[in-house]
Amino acid sequence: NKTQSHSRGEYNVYSTFQSHEPEFDYLKSLEIEEKINKIRWLPQKNAAQFLLSTNDKTIKLWKISERDKRPEGYNLKEEDGRYRDPTTVTTLRVPVFRPMDLMVEASPRRIFANAHTYHINSISINSDYETYLSADDLRINLWHLEITDRSFNIVDIKPANMEELTEVITAAEFHPNSCSTFVYSSSKGTIRLCDMRASALCDRHSKLFEEPEDPSNRSFFSEIISSISDVKFSHSGRYMMTRDYLSVKIWDLNMENRPVETYQVHEYLRSKLCSLYENDCIFDKFECCWNGSDRQVEFLSLIVMTGSYNNFFRMFDRNTKRDITLEASRENNKPRTVLKPRKVCASGKRKKDEISVDSLDFNKKILHTAWHPKENIIAVATTNNLYIFQDKMN
Amino acid sequence: DSQEKDKGISLERAEEAKLKAKYPNLGQKPGGSDFLMKRLQKGQKYFDSGDYNMAKAKMKNKQLPSAGPDKNLVTGDHIPTPQDLPQRKSSLVTSKLAG
Repeated sequence: NKTQSHSRGEYNVYSTFQSHEPEFDYLKSLEIEEKINKIRWLPQKNAAQFLLSTNDKTIKLWKISERDKRPEGYNLKEEDGRYRDPTTVTTLRVPVFRPMDLMVEASPRRIFANAHTYHINSISINSDYETYLSADDLRINLWHLEITDRSFNIVDIKPANMEELTEVITAAEFHPNSCSTFVYSSSKGTIRLCDMRASALCDRHSKLFEEPEDPSNRSFFSEIISSISDVKFSHSGRYMMTRDYLSVKIWDLNMENRPVETYQVHEYLRSKLCSLYENDCIFDKFECCWNGSDRQVEFLSLIVMTGSYNNFFRMFDRNTKRDITLEASRENNKPRTVLKPRKVCASGKRKKDEISVDSLDFNKKILHTAWHPKENIIAVATTNNLYIFQDKMN
Repeated sequence: DSQEKDKGISLERAEEAKLKAKYPNLGQKPGGSDFLMKRLQKGQKYFDSGDYNMAKAKMKNKQLPSAGPDKNLVTGDHIPTPQDLPQRKSSLVTSKLAG
């Protein structure tokens, strides 16, 4: 990219901290795992960074700040902190700030607890930058970032009789521009758009996005693989993308009855659903993300990225309709070399360099990927490693 | 496109047949109540907090033996802690593969 004048450095660990601890709810005999389900950055307002992180039950607001100078030259304190005897002080000096090695500190600023009976799957910060939502399997709550002892329930799909439960909430997100609009997806593959101006409790959707299915064309697996694991608005808010087990779908907010585009992530898995059900992989929750908005494609959502198995991840270009499969692994890629596209051979004769479906490693799953908000740099998470890739420099 | 969908469904049905051949008692409604209830009940452990707290109080006065190397053995001899307990499957919801 000729317009780029700076060179991209390498990424290093900036800060490590324990966000949540394991807990035990004695009243319900429930173990609460410390595992983080979602992290969302707040827009930056000052030198510090703020993020929300959540486990199954509790959301925390963390402040991450840098300290790169410290005061030196106190009159009553030695450099090591011990107090000086005031009678030995004969002159006065003005303490000054001197540079020190960068220290990054994370401190919890707010703890939002006790508002969810079921397991939190999503958090989403509103475009008003004051409120955010948290969603569990059956309910969605609205919070104010400054207020921890109160939250408002805005969606409740719990049936009076739990025997009648047929679907759960799987993901939720606020619209990027309209602060009263949000969507939530379900385990049945539907997305509901709600407007908080319509009523305090948004149990009745304003829009329902659902692709029609011929009931005679259903199998045992149909509902399970239609469950939406992630939903993401496009930068403009005109479109949204959903991820189900085998595909990514792009919806136009103006059209509820079917997606405008569908991209197959790993269609070859359809003939493996039996074993994927037995080993629970069919319940894996893959995320999806849009490209960032770099100088040339500001605010356009043109590329879709999502993960798959065998440490593969996929990208789809909405304009050219081209797609690519890449691999995040150390063995197969030396640093600073261009990634080689991968191909899975679904059936028939396997060509050289292709990988057959049966030799895919289903333990190597890429559930989380992220795209830099402004540059063509991506972060891809495998089970134990984080990979950062960037597009090749000319 | 509809041809692809037909092919897709026939693949799914073939996989469904495989699954039902292995587990003949597989429930009729896979995405229904049982499956969702199991999802909602993740993390359930049965644990007597009364025992635990009383034992903790006694610990201040005398040394009680804590969990031995065999963490699966949770009997009256030592103080149970949440960490020692194995994950217990709720008896209300059967495995997705059973009838």
